Amino acid sequence: MKDFIEGIVAPIDRDNIDTDQIIPTEYLKSIKKFGYEDYLFDGWRYKDQGRLGIKKAERKINHEFILNNSPYDESKVLLTRDNFGCGSSREHAVWALRDFGIEVVIASSFGDIFYNNCFKNGVLPLKLKKTEIEELFSLSTDNPVTISVNIKDKVILFKDKLSIYFDLDDNLAERIIYGLDEIDITLKDSKLIKKFEEHRKENNPWIFE
Amino acid sequence: MGYTIYDKLWNEHLIRSYDDGDSLIYIDRHFLHEVTSPQAFEGLKKKSLKPWRINANIATPDHNVPTTRGNEFSIENIEDNISKLQVVELDKNCNDFGIKQFNINSNNQGIVHVIGPELGLTLPGMSIVCGDSHTSTHGAFGCLAMGIGTSEVEHVLATQSLKVRKLKNMRINFEGSIQEGVSSKDIILYLIRTIGTAGGTGYAVEFAGSYIRNISMEARMTICNMSIEAGAKVGLVSVDDKTIEYVKKHSNLEANLINDAIKKWKNLTTDKDAMFDKEIDIDVSKINPQVSWGTSPEMVIDFNEKIPPSSIFSAEKRKSLDLAKNYMGLSDNQELSDLDFDKVFIGSCTNSRIEDLREAAEVLKGQKVSENIHEAIVVPGSGMVKEQAEKEGIHKIFIDAGFQWRAPGCSMCLGMNPDQLSPYERCASTSNRNFEGRQGNLGRTHLMSPKMAALTAINGRIVKEI
Repeated sequence: MKDFIEGIVAPIDRDNIDTDQIIPTEYLKSIKKFGYEDYLFDGWRYKDQGRLGIKKAERKINHEFILNNSPYDESKVLLTRDNFGCGSSREHAVWALRDFGIEVVIASSFGDIFYNNCFKNGVLPLKLKKTEIEELFSLSTDNPVTISVNIKDKVILFKDKLSIYFDLDDNLAERIIYGLDEIDITLKDSKLIKKFEEHRKENNPWIFE
Repeated sequence: MGYTIYDKLWNEHLIRSYDDGDSLIYIDRHFLHEVTSPQAFEGLKKKSLKPWRINANIATPDHNVPTTRGNEFSIENIEDNISKLQVVELDKNCNDFGIKQFNINSNNQGIVHVIGPELGLTLPGMSIVCGDSHTSTHGAFGCLAMGIGTSEVEHVLATQSLKVRKLKNMRINFEGSIQEGVSSKDIILYLIRTIGTAGGTGYAVEFAGSYIRNISMEARMTICNMSIEAGAKVGLVSVDDKTIEYVKKHSNLEANLINDAIKKWKNLTTDKDAMFDKEIDIDVSKINPQVSWGTSPEMVIDFNEKIPPSSIFSAEKRKSLDLAKNYMGLSDNQELSDLDFDKVFIGSCTNSRIEDLREAAEVLKGQKVSENIHEAIVVPGSGMVKEQAEKEGIHKIFIDAGFQWRAPGCSMCLGMNPDQLSPYERCASTSNRNFEGRQGNLGRTHLMSPKMAALTAINGRIVKEI
């Protein structure tokens, strides 16, 4: 059960961060679901070109990039602006964030497919108002801050200085809290799907050719 | 009150709604490729599950395949071992589960969004998903088509259904006649420039208006293809005679079955009194050829415009614009026509259909690729497109001009195969994304139509006049 996340905020002051930035295509050649931590934001994190299988220790590190510096290398919360995760459907983008240790991404909006993918992998994408995003940026830009995210109460807290309540559908919150397997849940409706399918086949036989 | 085509498709596929606002929809067609499927198949095996309905699934390798391959090529010849493994895995998974695959040696292999329609596997009224965001392409046929992640690929394989939330309805009315030299690619780039890359987020976008009615199915596919670049995972067009003509020509269905189907397909249009959550009117007659200058598909200008100075934008936007200019090696008020290009790529699921190749070839006839361009490649979207082009002699025009005539695949759109940009190389590309590093580490992409790409190939630069 995961209903409370506490971690350092890594601010990346950019909008439209696309999934190619989160993880470049080279690493999509993997057939695994894990092991993407060293490739997150690859183009920004390193000064050389990587390839699948290469380890962080072998790379030329870009020390200007926030996630390469302590304590941000242990951040659990990513703070960014509009339209985070736009672009391709690659779930690898979420896997890379998850494998690096990011558990919450805060933005004013998200790409639709990326947003969906997050909930399948225990990464919480939080949509906040632009003014709240601005507030968090001014709080976290100069000094590292640790915030907590209470998923049950739907509130972000920073000491006694800040509390931001957020909207999140209960079913989405539950997916993060309990990490439910959606296939198992859907298969409980097997009979219903089968019935629907038979009816559809009867009325639209050309689809089933 | 009437229904939009999206509403009709939604109702037609709705299995059940849940209390929490989500719904379960039935999936008619599932396309698979080698990049986003291996983890889904692995998950299926771990759970000892089998695909729910084998025939719903169609697979082809497209992202990783080398485009320099000839007829004798086999998977074993893929030089990059990691790419090879992915193509082998797809082969293995399709064999293990009995899924129909157009493999690397098939005449019908190609980019998954190109082969679906041309093989008659995309039919009006279908719900179609694929682990690829450009699945919106199939919306051109009045389909409920969208890209999904790998967990959802596994879910669709296992359950033939998808858990989703209904989107809002948006309609874009493109009215008027386009100027000469303008194509559907320019129209969609102009739209993205206008509403932004998040403009369609949360919406199913219907493309309508006299312009849409007048254009071919290929051009409609180009527009629906890039609806995701405007943020909309679903882009679609109401069914009309053109849709039905195309499907009749490409389908293998028996005559009586197709006649029954047509009666149903004719209802796949938005009702006159349907309501949209948002509606936008665009006069296409004023649109010039468009070229992207930055690292987001909304960073687009007319081909003869200057790079916009960051100072005219809001403070929040300015930072991203400056970063984009820095990455692209550009400065404020620079003319696009000042830039020297290194490579030209004609291809991708956006612009690799026969019409796109004809459009480029018309410009290239009797012309030569500029000496400054050190690689110009044309990658047909499928075996069928390639064959058709060769029948028409289009390949000769490309080759005579100095283009390389390649085998089908996604190729330099995303550079998962050896077709890539080197650092700082500038490319005129008919693809869909100009993101940093998309075509190769530190590569610089300018998105444009096939015609503009061909003109850039000849001149080595963006032309000042058309």
